[in-house]
Amino acid sequence: MNAIIVSALLGVVMMFSGIVVKNKSVYTYIAAAGLLLLLVANVLDTYSICSIRIDTHSMLSFEKFGMYFNSIAFAATLIYVLLSGKEIEKTGLNVADYYALIFFVLCGVSILSSFNGLLMLFLGIEILSIPLYILTGSDKRNLKSNEASLKYFLMGSFSTGIMLMGIVLIYGATGVFTLSGTSAAPSTGLLRPSFLEVAGLILLFVSMCFKVSAAPFHFWTPDVYDGAPAVFTSFMATIVKAAGFIAFVRLFDAHTDTLGPTWHILLAFVIIATLLVGNITAVFQQSVKRMLAYSSIAQAGFMLFALYSVNDLAKEGILLYAVAYSLATIGIFAVLIKMKDYTFDGFNGLAKTQPVLAFANAIFLLSLAGIPLTAGFFAKYYMLASMVKAGGPMWLVIAAVLFAAVSVYYYFRVIQAMYFKEGEAETLPITSGFKTGLVVLAALIILVGVFPSIVLNWFYF
Amino acid sequence: MIPVLLILIPLVTGLVSFFLKQSTAAKNWAIVSAVATLAVALAGTCFLPAKELAFDAEWLPNLGSRFSLMTDGMGKMLCLLTTISFPIIFAATYRNEYKNAHSFYGLMLLTQAGLLGVFLAADALLFYFFWELALVPVYFLCSIWGGNKRIAVTFKFFIYTFIGSLLMLAGILYLYFHSPDHSFALKSFYHIALATKQENMIFWLFFIAFAIKMPIFPFHTWQPDAYEQSPTATTMVLSGIMVKMGIFAVIRWLIPVFPNASLHYANLVIILSVTGMLYASLIAIRQDDFKRLIAYSSIAHIGLMCAAIFAHNKTGWEGVMIQMFNHGINVIGLWIVADVVEQKLGTRKFSELGGLAQKAPALAILLVVMALANIALPLTNAFIGEFLMFNGLFQYNIWIAAIAGISVILAAVYTLNMVQKILYGNTVTATANATEVSGNVQVILALVVIVVIALGVYPQPMIDLTKDTINAILVK
Repeated sequence: MNAIIVSALLGVVMMFSGIVVKNKSVYTYIAAAGLLLLLVANVLDTYSICSIRIDTHSMLSFEKFGMYFNSIAFAATLIYVLLSGKEIEKTGLNVADYYALIFFVLCGVSILSSFNGLLMLFLGIEILSIPLYILTGSDKRNLKSNEASLKYFLMGSFSTGIMLMGIVLIYGATGVFTLSGTSAAPSTGLLRPSFLEVAGLILLFVSMCFKVSAAPFHFWTPDVYDGAPAVFTSFMATIVKAAGFIAFVRLFDAHTDTLGPTWHILLAFVIIATLLVGNITAVFQQSVKRMLAYSSIAQAGFMLFALYSVNDLAKEGILLYAVAYSLATIGIFAVLIKMKDYTFDGFNGLAKTQPVLAFANAIFLLSLAGIPLTAGFFAKYYMLASMVKAGGPMWLVIAAVLFAAVSVYYYFRVIQAMYFKEGEAETLPITSGFKTGLVVLAALIILVGVFPSIVLNWFYF
Repeated sequence: MIPVLLILIPLVTGLVSFFLKQSTAAKNWAIVSAVATLAVALAGTCFLPAKELAFDAEWLPNLGSRFSLMTDGMGKMLCLLTTISFPIIFAATYRNEYKNAHSFYGLMLLTQAGLLGVFLAADALLFYFFWELALVPVYFLCSIWGGNKRIAVTFKFFIYTFIGSLLMLAGILYLYFHSPDHSFALKSFYHIALATKQENMIFWLFFIAFAIKMPIFPFHTWQPDAYEQSPTATTMVLSGIMVKMGIFAVIRWLIPVFPNASLHYANLVIILSVTGMLYASLIAIRQDDFKRLIAYSSIAHIGLMCAAIFAHNKTGWEGVMIQMFNHGINVIGLWIVADVVEQKLGTRKFSELGGLAQKAPALAILLVVMALANIALPLTNAFIGEFLMFNGLFQYNIWIAAIAGISVILAAVYTLNMVQKILYGNTVTATANATEVSGNVQVILALVVIVVIALGVYPQPMIDLTKDTINAILVK
């Protein structure tokens, strides 16, 4: 509960700080301090110290899994703000509002990691999405940003409508909003799930696929990620997307048997489609920013494995994936924002002009590609392992590893540009603090890549 | 502790090397490190009992993977090959100047750490880690310091091998969940009993990974380009040691884990290997480039080793063990000559060479001995190995042995052709002002030639060293 309350309060505080404080760079410090506070409050809550308890009539349930994800999301946001705070300040005039919106998004994240009823799921998704529509359009004078914002808003509203329809159908079939209520019927083994319930679940599934940009519901992603200011794309593509997956896993954890064997066929189709679209399209991109948008679709395909297998490895794995993917992507975006040219050629010769940036960026890319000794390897490893353990089809695993090999192609294009091609990559001025931040982030990724247990052991305490 | 030291010395010195400023300092540092590793390896193989050569520590308890290393005869032999080769490679290319030499030598040493790790690992996940650790630095080495077409060629090489290793990872995961005690340990992998259908499928996941690495026809297309475009020091590592990873992995991780499938598919694999041998030998005849010729001849030699392994008999395996070591030494010797010729004369094309024997008689003598070893003439080290392997193939199937035997004749054709075009005939513009190679290189090549002849006359130490592996795996 701490996380929800504190994040909402901090959002309000940030909003009003815009009236009191006029110096832009102070906002970043306030936001960073606020995130630290939020992180501490949530960690204390995890160990039941100073935790606020309110009877939510089982609409929310606070488990280790969700709280732990909150900590990851808050820590990642903190790193994000520290690395890219300067860029947020440059985006527009209302810097305090941007931070306020980020805190509201985090409030949505903490509801999504702890919802127990479909209404709360809906509320969480909306609280998460509406600030994002605004952030996407925050570059007011840029047409692309406006277009992206409108597109995101329309698509998002559409998928919200589908979700509401699904919730209504499930409510009609079972008479309750809680998750356990709906799964009770099939577990008795006597009743077959009603048509309404199945239809409702499929609608929910579709709308969640929209939110995590799984194919064939991914079409908004490249345009929105490309159009939004890069600094907010970074936030959307990492923390928000991971939160969507946590909600997805929580939602369908209990429902896999309601849909019977159809469920696995449906999911296998979505996984393959997502991997295919994400990876193959990313190969043909000329802009690194757009490539990262498609890569986020491709990575979503891997994260969907957790939904297929739903076992202890999958739950650990999705957390590890959230850490590995978020850290690496935040890092790459932090470097990308500093580049003058977002195309692959813009990175030519970066290793000569900015060796530290190039080195850290190479580590992030290797991690996304899933090369051993980086966090990304174990993230992918857990997903594959959970699938094999659940006895999933081997062809799906083999297809996934082949697509992982395809992903090497476009991630390594950036490395090739940085290290092997001649050129003078131009960057904005780089501070030494920024460099230190990147190196620490890269070191963290390697540390998790050698000892993933430092992330996962927490889970058990 | 010895196996840990073997990995740790190159790993740590490699990382340190990135921070050295001067290129001479980096060179000397790399040589010191390589010699230190060699000393540890020699001490380990010659003086210590077997139980000192294993190591086991907690690594990833949640996953059931341990940091465990072991050494058997074959492991020892390949560790020796690796640790002997690196000082030779560093010494032979001492005069080559690299820009950012500190990074070059750092990456070379990291590769060495990865290679030694592969030969020592007794845990599948650890094995996979080292398998990749050996690959990634090589990718950077070839892409930064290679020839004109380096970026595309190295990328092809990387993607090829990466696909292989990812398939292997899928296979490793499958085996993990089917192992009796849910562990990645080599021992538990040996006790897995899979249903025939599953075994046959997972066999291919592993075999493709290893076949790409060796490389076996039709997975070989990355190899000639990669050898040609890489800086020669890296090519030596690639062809001398790295291809042995594939052979080694087949013996340690494939045959004992999938005993039935490897018998079931033995015919197919042998036919592929023999096809590759003949195909590569025929292409080698038509090559005009020194490096490409060695690359194709290497495919032919590796094909024979793979065929002999799948013949599943003791004679053939003894040949494979001997030949793994010898091929490494011989091919490194040939690369040194290729490097010297290219550095001195600025070309590797046979059409632009000729008459070098008049100008550099010492080099000519040494090259001829190594060329004879490449053809596997008696009294050179390769003869014993190839004889035993052909013997093994003969026991398996006389026709296959006969067809494979053609490659020996073809080897004589392209090797002697190469010697003739480089050394004999009239001097041409490129060789008109050539001089004898430096004493440094002469000494190194002479050492290689001594090994060639010594092991050709008395190969028994190699057979003794690797006896236990053959008995343990083949008898099982």
